Amino acid sequence: MTINFFDNDLTSLHNKLINKELTATELTQATLDNVAHTDEQLNAFISTNPEEALLQAKKIDDAHDFSDILTGLPVGLKDNLATNGIQTTGASRILEGFKPVYDATVVSKLNTAGAVSVGKTNMDEFAMGGSTETSYYKKTTNAWDATKVPGGSSGGSAAAVAGGLVPFALGSDTGGSIRQPAAFNGIVGLKPTYGRVSRWGLFAMASSLDQVGPFTRTVKDNALVLNTIAGFDEKDSTSADRDVPDFTAKLTGNVKGLKIAVPKEYFGEGIDPKVASTVKAAIAQLEALGATVDEVSLPHTKYGVAAYYIIMSSEASSNLQRYDGVRYGFRADDVQNLEDLYVKTRSEGFGDEVKRRIMLGTFSLSAGAYDAFFKKAAKIRTLLIEDFNRVFADYDVIVGPTAPTVAYGIGEEIDDPTAMYLADALTIPVNLAGLPGLSVNAGFVDGLPVGLQIIGKPFDEATVYQTGYAFEQASRLFEQLPKIAKKY
Amino acid sequence: MIDLRSKIMATGNFETTIGLEVHVEMQTNSKLMSPSPVHYGDKPNENTNVIDFGYPGVLPVANKGALEYGMRAALALNATISPFIRWDRKNYFYPDNPKAYQTTQSQTPLGKNGYLDVTLADGTTKRIRIKELHVEEDAGKNTHGTDGYSYVDLNRQGTPLIEIVSEPDIASPDEAYAYLEQLRQAILFTGISEAKMQEGQMRADVNISIRPYGSSEYGTKVEMKNINSFNYVRNALIFEEKRQAEVLRSGGIIQQETRRYNEPTKSTILMRVKEGADDYRYFPEPDLAPVVIDQNWIDKVADELPKSAGDRQTSYVSTLGIERYDAEVLTQTLAMSDFYDATVAAGADAKRAANYLIGDVNAFMNKHQVELQETQLTPEHLAGMIKLIESGTISTKQAKQVFEAIMAGEEPEAFAKKNGLVQISDPEVLLTWITEVLDNNPQSIEDFKGGKDRATGYLIGQLMKMSKGQANPGVMNKLLLAELAKR
Repeated sequence: MTINFFDNDLTSLHNKLINKELTATELTQATLDNVAHTDEQLNAFISTNPEEALLQAKKIDDAHDFSDILTGLPVGLKDNLATNGIQTTGASRILEGFKPVYDATVVSKLNTAGAVSVGKTNMDEFAMGGSTETSYYKKTTNAWDATKVPGGSSGGSAAAVAGGLVPFALGSDTGGSIRQPAAFNGIVGLKPTYGRVSRWGLFAMASSLDQVGPFTRTVKDNALVLNTIAGFDEKDSTSADRDVPDFTAKLTGNVKGLKIAVPKEYFGEGIDPKVASTVKAAIAQLEALGATVDEVSLPHTKYGVAAYYIIMSSEASSNLQRYDGVRYGFRADDVQNLEDLYVKTRSEGFGDEVKRRIMLGTFSLSAGAYDAFFKKAAKIRTLLIEDFNRVFADYDVIVGPTAPTVAYGIGEEIDDPTAMYLADALTIPVNLAGLPGLSVNAGFVDGLPVGLQIIGKPFDEATVYQTGYAFEQASRLFEQLPKIAKKY
Repeated sequence: MIDLRSKIMATGNFETTIGLEVHVEMQTNSKLMSPSPVHYGDKPNENTNVIDFGYPGVLPVANKGALEYGMRAALALNATISPFIRWDRKNYFYPDNPKAYQTTQSQTPLGKNGYLDVTLADGTTKRIRIKELHVEEDAGKNTHGTDGYSYVDLNRQGTPLIEIVSEPDIASPDEAYAYLEQLRQAILFTGISEAKMQEGQMRADVNISIRPYGSSEYGTKVEMKNINSFNYVRNALIFEEKRQAEVLRSGGIIQQETRRYNEPTKSTILMRVKEGADDYRYFPEPDLAPVVIDQNWIDKVADELPKSAGDRQTSYVSTLGIERYDAEVLTQTLAMSDFYDATVAAGADAKRAANYLIGDVNAFMNKHQVELQETQLTPEHLAGMIKLIESGTISTKQAKQVFEAIMAGEEPEAFAKKNGLVQISDPEVLLTWITEVLDNNPQSIEDFKGGKDRATGYLIGQLMKMSKGQANPGVMNKLLLAELAKR
């Protein structure tokens, strides 16, 4: 059988499982077939685990307990989320063949809910990149155009959902790595508030910025997945010990009286005018639905990229020191002594972008540079937070583009790191401030999707979803499907 | 007053400045950042988990108990506890450091501006200031096999340490020794560590410089790391003091270097010359939230902090009437002092309890090479035995047998009864025996009347035989003399 995830949201699949129109085994097998047939073009998965997935599906069918909305539903996991006994590489050579002996907390939560993980999705190496091109293993393509990048770093998860391989997937977002690929692939991606979702088992890039979040085709699906993965985790001291509301509670389609702020800096230099006008049209639609819209200023936005690349690379340079070839993962051959082991293993095990960031971070933390770089970046971070606080004193959400452009061609920007870094300018401030940020499809430019970014107050994902849902239901853009969808 | 003459004799016109950084392992149940147990002497890598191994995606969770232990040390050393602690990462690569960073408190140490008043050999007291105390992780252990391989044991990795950094107030190797000994005792009495040197639970990093008397600037420091014996510290400092003086006198300069103490030759050996400071790229640990310490928390820890050895000695002398020397012996370890307090609290006579602990119990511990808490003796049993002696129920001679029994875990009163080790003090019973013995030995009565005091010795011997040794000698003696007078 084949199953079409374009016409079936999570609730629809769930109902079919309850009504026995479909079994978890059939759904899992169909998903694995999808991946086998379609992934030749998309290259969304680094690895699949058919045996484990089918075994789990059978257990679910035997129990026939579908009390949880996610029970029996297939999921793709970004390959930087630890899966017990299943290879997890972070798309790096240095972890080739590495099988964790523990599950990430989000993976445990999905397992408990009965979701069936079918495989691990491609990404930029250690989530460092915006195009999934820095992966050691393969190059993922955009679901709408095989010559374009899927965005990154969670490009595999985004392409897998947009291409209809899986009904939902998890990614991670440090500076835009969920929202930007969601935008490039015309789907829904949320970076939750920092601390909303446990980071235990997420291979750290920058600990103070990383968050795990869902990719789905619809806002409601996204809220349902967040309901499952959110919550305090005693194994993550930075996770927030606070109640998790029902994130679907405000999905009414009503935004009457909602106060929307539109920062003028998000439509400034470097923003593709066609992207800007598509996003402005989407905002006009929200206004037509009854929201109030005002232009505001986030004056320190322009310093965000510089501050981010210092803080992120500093933390990453420290976090990635553990990959030394001593205890697990790749180890270089023919080493003469300890120093040689470290140097050769890391030289051969890491790719260029990872090395670039390790060097940048190591420099930023060094005794002579700390004050001028790391410390100053931390001060800018505080100013950015204050920018947001000022606006949120008067507004419910901040809305703008997710990325300054639509998806660009594969190979087009990979050799220009500075251009790559600037492409994160609109997503980075959200991570630096720890806020929730959602990307939903705002429309198309030259046949490629444009992302509408909705930023909320800390822990107010519900209002972010409310805004995204109202626009999504009014625009019904999710009904437009990529060509790849016609394959089955 | 500084004894300039003897100083110059020893070092030749130089004065010595010593700073100590002492690391003490805190005996919490679990490690500083992971739930693995803290325990010495287990099989390599037995007390480890994925956090200790620095696997990808694992996260630390700070052990609140370790912070409280650190606060105990800070309080005992009169330091001010910081209201706001942030953890920092100290980055360096080494196989015994699997995350390649050590979690420490470089910017916001737990305690600041403390001091320890140290009694020196001449009986005077010197205040050694403590710059700061901070809590951090211990590293694992690398061993280098004869098979060409190096082995990494991460059991110790992540064990909470308190690092105690002195100001450069220590002026001689003897002062350093006295400081270390008294610092160890202060730590022992906080209950956070047994500070066993041989198990590496207490280790000192030492730095020493010398300068001509009157010079306003310190000389160049030489460092020696991880010395785990106070004698070695003293020997190393004595050697360095001389070596540096000789270098300077012969016109040389002291290099900033790290040296190692070599016990067989009692000398120090150059390890490496420092070219500029190490760069550990410290920065705030982003995986951990900062810790706010309010006065309520400090008060709670202060309430739980055991009394210091000095306070205990004072109360033993003034309240319990114990000799100063005995009080010092009783407070050599926290275990002994706590045991003593519990024994007295259980109703034992304070002096007798002190004598038993200092004498027989210590002898037992030495003979069997065990710690007090490893024996089967309880304060209740010791107090029970002492009460039997005090009440005359058993003789001090019988007490020897009872003592052996309580060291084997027996209840003293039950043991004494079971083995007939009960002294008979009842005059009626004793009189019956006395009458019988006197009736049978008229000659002895004659001898006694004739002035031969020895005669009573014979009679008592007869009486003891008759009572199978259970007669209370004091009571019996009195009754016998009274009966003899009547005849």
